[in-house]
Amino acid sequence: MIKYLLQLADNALILGHRLGEWCGHAPEMELDIALTNIALDLTGQARSLYQRVAELEGLGKDEDDYAYLRDAWEFRNALLVEQPNGDFAHTLFRQFVFDAYNYHLHQALTHSKDEWLAGFAAKSLKEITYHLRFSSEWMLRLGDGTELSNAKLKAAIEDLWGYSGELATPNDVEKELAQQGIIPDLNLLKPAIEAKMSEVFVAANVGVAAGMFMHIGGKDGRHSEHLGFILSEMQFLQRAYPGLEW
Amino acid sequence: MTSLNFEAIFQSKIDDEVKIEPKDWMPDAYRKTLIRQISQHAHSEIVGMLPEGNWITRAPSLRRKLILLAKVQDEAGHGLYLYSAAETLGADRDDLVQQLLTGKAKYSSIFNYPTLNWADIGAIGWLVDGAAITNQVMLTRTSYGPYARAMVRICKEESFHQRQGYELMMAMAFGSPEQKSMAQDALNRWWWPALMMFGPHDAESTHSDQALKWKIKRKSNDELRQNFVDVTVPQAEYLGLTVPDPDLCWNEERGRYDFGKINWDEFWNVVKGNGPCNRQRIQARTKAYEDGAWVREAAMAHAEKKEQRRMQPEAASKAA
Ligand SMILES: [Fe+2]
Ligand SMILES: [Fe+2]
Ligand SMILES: [Fe+2]
Repeated sequence: MIKYLLQLADNALILGHRLGEWCGHAPEMELDIALTNIALDLTGQARSLYQRVAELEGLGKDEDDYAYLRDAWEFRNALLVEQPNGDFAHTLFRQFVFDAYNYHLHQALTHSKDEWLAGFAAKSLKEITYHLRFSSEWMLRLGDGTELSNAKLKAAIEDLWGYSGELATPNDVEKELAQQGIIPDLNLLKPAIEAKMSEVFVAANVGVAAGMFMHIGGKDGRHSEHLGFILSEMQFLQRAYPGLEW
Repeated sequence: MTSLNFEAIFQSKIDDEVKIEPKDWMPDAYRKTLIRQISQHAHSEIVGMLPEGNWITRAPSLRRKLILLAKVQDEAGHGLYLYSAAETLGADRDDLVQQLLTGKAKYSSIFNYPTLNWADIGAIGWLVDGAAITNQVMLTRTSYGPYARAMVRICKEESFHQRQGYELMMAMAFGSPEQKSMAQDALNRWWWPALMMFGPHDAESTHSDQALKWKIKRKSNDELRQNFVDVTVPQAEYLGLTVPDPDLCWNEERGRYDFGKINWDEFWNVVKGNGPCNRQRIQARTKAYEDGAWVREAAMAHAEKKEQRRMQPEAASKAA
């Protein structure tokens, strides 16, 4: 259970961190505000999840110990969320894939046998519903907008598609929790996620090359080279001046 | 009616504290002054996101990260309301942004200083947002309605930022010796630039007299600067930090602090573009603007296509 909560928390933390990199640099002020909003939601969700992990572990750790004092191989986020922002099309497509998965996941988690998790999911679902609406709408704007934006979106899909499968491919942790009725069976969730994605793809006039290779491993701590740099930046103060209150 | 009558009515409204609204007659110079001032303020909010945004990815706790993200987001919101207020005077947001990027329009010089350690985030909230509030509280009563109303909301949020900044300074000043020295270093670097935020001495300020008469501005630069010093020095003392001004002392007679001479050469230098980060700030804004052009164009093209499909459903379905 702890490993799973860390998976959820790390996804939210790392993606929120990436979105925070845009702050002040987005294509327009309205987007600056929207991306920061999502970063705030995700970072807030990560915080609740780490607090819950601390409570379950009972080792006297706090939320920041998990975010700031673990090394890359202890992080359980999917590879997708640590991928660099790239141009706005990359950021947006990364967001859309995550949101489509996250929305259906949290919808199902509201029925979890674990009361805390069900409550957390219900609360987060409101935020995630907005995220999915935002990213779906922007998929349409970019896909349907101009020739250039359509081409850029296609290039982003090409670059990131290989990271889109890991989220809904169950690892051992997820298989076991699914059997216990604590989380949904991801294989059963897949059709709904794929339906949402292809609905938006069609409307956005973009497609995906079938049969592309899918990378996995992030959820079990095997990451891309990017995560180490994210952590070295994020954890700098906590590592340089250990044990202080900030 | 002659324009003299218009002007008399206008000035009497101002004298009677009646707000001027977008559709009311106003002197050209009043309109121009307001557009200049409101857009400069908007630009400052947007450029001001950069020095603080610089630490978002390095915020040392999740709580601090959330506070900082929310703060920088608020500044983007302030920029938006202010550009909208300027648009009620007939300005165009895109033109105004162009003026910023080409260097034709100014923004607050304070944001041309770098953020070098984490305590800078506290110092900016405490001193920069603090000085901004001192300057801006009077603008909630400024004569132009939309500007006054925008400022009510903005000032509320700025004072929240100011308290959060001071709270961060407390954590640092009362923390470890390293943290305390970060706090002192931040105060050393931000103190004088914060005092410069109030602008030149009254005697040298070019726009002040007319702005006071029109009640765009309601207090003089020096008056506001003195208020800020009087409020802020005891706050620094409480933190156990030293204000970097050897001439600073309490003047019993005046019941106010005397303080040292501001380095106006530095001030004018930064205004002219020679601050530590002037070039980088404008480059960052230009890059965001240029890199984002295709995104804005896509959104516009999509909105147009959507509208066309709505107007001619048959044509669209035939084409499909
Ligand atoms: Fe401001
Ligand atoms: Fe502001
Ligand atoms: Fe502020």
